[in-house]
Amino acid sequence: MTFDSEYFNLGYLDTLSYKKTFVHRLDPRVKILVSFAFIIFVVSFPKYEFGALMPFFLYPVFLLTAGNIPLRAIAKKVLFISPFAIFIGIFNPLLDTKVILAPFGIPVSGGWISFFSIIVKFILTVSTALLLIAVTSFPGICEALARMKLPKIFVIQLLFLYRYIFVVLDVALRMIRAREARSFGKRGREIKNFIRLISVLLVRSVERAERIYQAMLSRGFKGEIRVLRKHTIRFYDILFSVISLCLFYVFRNVNVVNFFGETINRAFR
Amino acid sequence: MHMADALLSPTVGGALWAGTLAAIIYSAKQLREKMDEKMVPLMGVLGAFIFAGQMINFTIPMTGSSGHIGGGMLLAVILGPYAAFLVIASVLIIQALFFADGGLLALGANIWNLGIYPCFIGYPLVYRTIVRGSTSPKVITFASVLSVVAGLQLGALSVVLETKLSGITELPFNTFLVLMQPIHLAIGIIEGVITAGIVIYVRTLRPDIVDDLEGVKTLSSGSSLKKVLIIMAVLAVITGGALSWLASTHPDGLEWSIEKIYGKPEVPQKQNPISENLSKLQEKTAVLPDYSLPSKGEEENPSWPAVNPGRSVSGILGGIMVLGVVLLFGIGIKVMRKFREKT
Repeated sequence: MTFDSEYFNLGYLDTLSYKKTFVHRLDPRVKILVSFAFIIFVVSFPKYEFGALMPFFLYPVFLLTAGNIPLRAIAKKVLFISPFAIFIGIFNPLLDTKVILAPFGIPVSGGWISFFSIIVKFILTVSTALLLIAVTSFPGICEALARMKLPKIFVIQLLFLYRYIFVVLDVALRMIRAREARSFGKRGREIKNFIRLISVLLVRSVERAERIYQAMLSRGFKGEIRVLRKHTIRFYDILFSVISLCLFYVFRNVNVVNFFGETINRAFR
Repeated sequence: MHMADALLSPTVGGALWAGTLAAIIYSAKQLREKMDEKMVPLMGVLGAFIFAGQMINFTIPMTGSSGHIGGGMLLAVILGPYAAFLVIASVLIIQALFFADGGLLALGANIWNLGIYPCFIGYPLVYRTIVRGSTSPKVITFASVLSVVAGLQLGALSVVLETKLSGITELPFNTFLVLMQPIHLAIGIIEGVITAGIVIYVRTLRPDIVDDLEGVKTLSSGSSLKKVLIIMAVLAVITGGALSWLASTHPDGLEWSIEKIYGKPEVPQKQNPISENLSKLQEKTAVLPDYSLPSKGEEENPSWPAVNPGRSVSGILGGIMVLGVVLLFGIGIKVMRKFREKT
């Protein structure tokens, strides 16, 4: 991915988080905890499990549709599957060749099943992480972290970091354009030039931090930043978490897929 | 080197989250005690700097491909270990949320692998002991390469251990290690050279940025409570790792060790105090009830019974059905939303 597209992507997810839908209005703490529970339920499946993961697609699909998030925004990133997960997973079909399934008489080895299980788990967990930010907004996450008693200094610098990403990226974008404009092909990208470039970016960032600090002092900063508390736990928050957790528990412990499949099998017989 | 949720078991992921959270709380406490308030905006802006810096590519010598910096050690040199750890954690949080690097459960592991080692081992134990206030470029380069390599090797080793303990991959431990460590040695040397280059160059522009201000950047050798906290965090990770080894539904490792102990593959459950205790422990610690040790007297592959064409066909049909229902559910919500917007 190029620098420009990553930059615009970041801003795009940010704009999505300011919509006003049912899931956007839920308390960020509830969304974080339910999403975490979701991920733990998903990864707790043994490595040869494949079909029983399917009902779990309900949760990301719900966030996507109820949150009115365009499918393309999420799909583009999820399909760009982490090379690391593929790299680790692709050894399974090569090393584990014992046939454990034979649907329609086609033998399938255990390695392929565990590989696809990794891919499905990856899609589920990654799309949930992206959707969480798309329906919550970053300040919302920070508010939740502060109220879940994480150290204040950590949350405050996290908020700072988020705000200044766009500013520093802007500076970096201009520097990269300048470098591209003055170089041809791979020239100008040597380590020696890179060190100079990034050092200047570092000094500029530090100088900006100093100016920010002075501006804060002149506006009455006393070493304390208040984090906005916008949300309270309401009836809908409790309803959402209870229903989701119950569903996850059922999907984990009852094989819904087999039940469906057997019903169809019987119907056709 | 980002871990992914899909490669982790809940126990390993949870244990690393526990260790990471303990380290965040500990670092924040350390900072609050001895920091001037100037530090907060500096931390935030430097986090943004690392974020931007990681997007700028350079050409890797001799290969022609392009790479980017990690920046962990650079942050430790500028901010000291505690602040640097918090900044690295923050950058990884934002990457996990916005770029889906890994995922939320793996985030704990990623902060551990990329934050703890450079900040609490590479910087205080290697970099500082070598540099000791020296300004000679050679010393700085040597220290920086060595410390970055140490941090990255430990990080890569942790990735291998975490993946193995989670029991998702078939890759043998040794092969995995041979794949990971040399690559990260090369990455470490390049990153070390670049980190040193930046430190040396920034010193000529603004010496105050990289100089240590009255030992703020040292690890405090303070009270016993802090040490206890660190030891607890490390123990949490180790026990979590060991537990998840047992909890993994792939029983080869366990069976293999039982075989070693008893000299025969199958041990009757009731006469085996070890596995009985283990399964009790497992019952107590399991995140989910269903996620259990292989039960007694089963054949070599207990998590998946022998080939059963009938069952696998219905499994596939059922999977397609369920996906169809989920899709209909999504379309239903979409239609409802459109209908509502019109009225």
